[in-house]
Amino acid sequence: MTYVRPKFRHPELPKNKLGYSVAYYEGALSTLCAGCGHDSISAGIIQACYEMNIEPHKLAKLSGIGCSSKTPAYFLSNSHGFNSVHGRMPSVATGANLANRDLIYFGVSGDGDTASIGMGQFVHVIRRNLNMVYIVMNNGCYGLTKGQDSATADEGSKNKSGNVNLFQSIDLSSLAIELGASFVAQSFSGDKTQLVPLIMAAMKHPGFAFINVISPCVTFNNNVGSTKSYDYVREHVEATATMDFVPEMKEISVDYSKGTRKEVKMHDGSSIQLRKLAQDWDPMDCLSAINAVQKAKAKNEILTGLLYIQPDSQDLHHLIQTSDRPLNSLTKEDLCPGAEMLKGINAEQR
Amino acid sequence: MPAIKNKVNDFVVRFANVNGTGSASANFLFTKAIFRMGIPVTPKNIFPSNIQGLPTWYEVRVSEKGYLGRREGIDLVVAVNPQSFAGDVASVRPGGYFLYDSSKNLHSEFIRPDINYLGIPLMEMCNNAYTDARQRQLFKNIVYVGALSALLDIELKEIVGLLGEQFKGKEKLIAPNVKALEMGVDYVKKNFTFPLDIRVERRDLLGDQIMIDGNSACGLGAIYAGATVAAWYPITPSTSVVEAFGNYADEFRTDKITGKRNVAIVQAEDELAAIGMVIGANWNGARSFTATSGPGVSLMNEFLGLAYFAEVPAVLIDVQRTGPSTGMPTRTQQSDVMEAAYASHGDTKHVLLFPSTPKECFEMTADSFDLAEELQTPVILMTDLDLGMNDHVSPPFEWNDKRTYKRGKVLNAEQLEKIERFGRYLDVDGDGIPYRTYPGTHPSKGSFFTRGTSRDEYATYTEDSGAYQRNVDRLLKKWETAKTMVPAPQLYQQKSLSEYGILFFGTSTYAAEEAMDLLREQKVSVDAIRIKSFPFNKTVSDFIQSHKKVFVIEQNRDAQLRSLLMIELNADPNKLIPVLNYDGMPITADNILKQVSKQVSHSPELNKA
Repeated sequence: MTYVRPKFRHPELPKNKLGYSVAYYEGALSTLCAGCGHDSISAGIIQACYEMNIEPHKLAKLSGIGCSSKTPAYFLSNSHGFNSVHGRMPSVATGANLANRDLIYFGVSGDGDTASIGMGQFVHVIRRNLNMVYIVMNNGCYGLTKGQDSATADEGSKNKSGNVNLFQSIDLSSLAIELGASFVAQSFSGDKTQLVPLIMAAMKHPGFAFINVISPCVTFNNNVGSTKSYDYVREHVEATATMDFVPEMKEISVDYSKGTRKEVKMHDGSSIQLRKLAQDWDPMDCLSAINAVQKAKAKNEILTGLLYIQPDSQDLHHLIQTSDRPLNSLTKEDLCPGAEMLKGINAEQR
Repeated sequence: MPAIKNKVNDFVVRFANVNGTGSASANFLFTKAIFRMGIPVTPKNIFPSNIQGLPTWYEVRVSEKGYLGRREGIDLVVAVNPQSFAGDVASVRPGGYFLYDSSKNLHSEFIRPDINYLGIPLMEMCNNAYTDARQRQLFKNIVYVGALSALLDIELKEIVGLLGEQFKGKEKLIAPNVKALEMGVDYVKKNFTFPLDIRVERRDLLGDQIMIDGNSACGLGAIYAGATVAAWYPITPSTSVVEAFGNYADEFRTDKITGKRNVAIVQAEDELAAIGMVIGANWNGARSFTATSGPGVSLMNEFLGLAYFAEVPAVLIDVQRTGPSTGMPTRTQQSDVMEAAYASHGDTKHVLLFPSTPKECFEMTADSFDLAEELQTPVILMTDLDLGMNDHVSPPFEWNDKRTYKRGKVLNAEQLEKIERFGRYLDVDGDGIPYRTYPGTHPSKGSFFTRGTSRDEYATYTEDSGAYQRNVDRLLKKWETAKTMVPAPQLYQQKSLSEYGILFFGTSTYAAEEAMDLLREQKVSVDAIRIKSFPFNKTVSDFIQSHKKVFVIEQNRDAQLRSLLMIELNADPNKLIPVLNYDGMPITADNILKQVSKQVSHSPELNKA
């Protein structure tokens, strides 16, 4: 690779509480196409981690295979990364998370990686409510193999070669809510203002946090007739609410009377402040969330923002009662019953 | 009628039951009582892939000489399943016994002039003695155990003692069981001459040996080795590995007050996810394993390739069954050898271990975790249904408290601090094994990107041919290092004594050792080697080199281990004579004897080395 990102940064670049500038959260230079929506999402992740004062080494980033799955190389270079096999990131993330519950697990996948080859693992990682952020960079096509339709391409959408997709699309957000995901959001790679607080909230959520981000493929799926092009998405985006993530405990007066403000308290005292735009929608009620998504869909709109949250969800560790100490920190003294105990076991088998 | 010559502690009893009728625990009582009398005994469960209603057999070999392999030729059949009568009658050796439920008359087609019939009206007796339908069915089994104790001279007190242990806490169940036992004993005393000419006599041949199945031993081995994450998908015959692990974890890894566990056991959605979780957990510094069988290994291929190439430890217990495809899920084979050795596309090779006793299942499972972490690669423990699901007499398990967990080359924060630049795939020590770091170790040093794509020494993605080749060549160097670390083969002689050798592994060992004795009786001397691991080290090639013919005994159709020897050691195919058994039943010494005997010279002078 001949591209080198200049090391030099403005010395007065603002720093977060840990003393790191945004640059500290960057990764290798992206090799994706210029203008790729995925790069905007990577930038959003960098911004969110910076604002949340995340220690990069206390975060593990995992992915499958595809354009989207390359992106973990392009953010947080001080984090361990795992680019696994196609569609199988959830299982690797599950094992990693079980081994050390103290890290933040950040999974990046694509629409092929999740909605086709990885559907089985996606479904089951939701069931287990694994404590992780799961972002799908959703462009409706297979970029790395030059633009074939994916399972999230809308029926009737036209791809670059002019072919019209004949099949129903898989709506990952509806599916996630249906399966009991405890945090479901949808966004657009071109809307950083919305995306960054969503990522921040997702990292705080004590369970499976899913963000489906429509991320146009500039090379293969940005043509007229595509329902995942920049132009189409910009024209059809409809937000559930404007949103702020307030990382620290703070007293906020909530005005419910107007019916538009809503505060979602997170387990650690942080909160999500919403100004609702959608009608008849309550982010903590999955029926109304599914309704809102489906109603928007019927109107050819893409509903974005926080769709559903269950702030007191219990993650896999809680369900299977693993020790508070990370399993990977346990030693022989903690784990091995020893020779004396073995004598007893032998005796039971005589 | 040809009589069986009086045989003490040397016979085979086969129970023909219907599965789901409670026969398993009764049959186990029979076996365990003989075990408690200090006599070598080996049971084999021959069961259908079904929960209720199909024929199932339980075969027990009693052997004063300590032969623990299966033996053909059944001396006594306990036939309580009319569905399988025809085959059961035919399976009795001339002069043997056919014990059956005589509540109904035996059809004339089942009458053979050359065997003895022992009719006991089991159903009738139980219908008279018990009112509850389930009890009538269950106690039928106990009645025949009682009858057998009289017929074969099994000490009743041993059986009663076992019942006491079995129903600890449910003592009121003991009396009706004992009553059923006595009904069987009394019936024999009134109606037959007893004991039979096959019978047992108390011995002290077992010392401190235990009786346990290999899967439980593997589960316990994983507990002792400090495994904390188990991910699995149920599949016969491996299921009881993780179940045993879970049971031991309830005992040894659970805080009695809080209920919090030093273990995570996840039943995955399939085998792909199971191995994915194992790789994720090992990558993150927890010892993690899965257990599966052939079909599962097929599904895990892609991930095994990733773990090999990205150098992530993983432990996989493959309890082999009869393939290909779904094959015979409840029958045994050693037919995953090639699949496991080269699992996944591209140039891959995996470390395999071949246990042959429960004790080795325990030890080698523990060793697998050390090897996987030291070599940073998957280690596959190749057990099988016979070893995994049947009870085996085994030396007791041993654990040295001084043993430490060998976690391999893992850098901590202080070590990273001293390093100028961390290179995940740098061969610092010249053994092909690089240094790794766990996520979360150091704020700015030691992070790297694990991937299945090619990378350079610093884990940076590259498509540079040189870097790619350096990497795969280093993996080959690591393979050479592995040869020095895996368990060495067992040689049965100090130096070669014969021009013939036999080579075997895993559960073929029982029959192979017996066959050596039988060959000796025929004045054929053979040298022997037992393979315990792959890659093969020099001892194996030396053994092949130094013999004119080497009989490779294995339980599959395609002589898979023989192929591995040819591929990896460049062994002369003409020298390696396959001795195979692949009908799904454990190999027998007679079978080996037949195949070997016709290809060797029987003159003692001729086969000296």
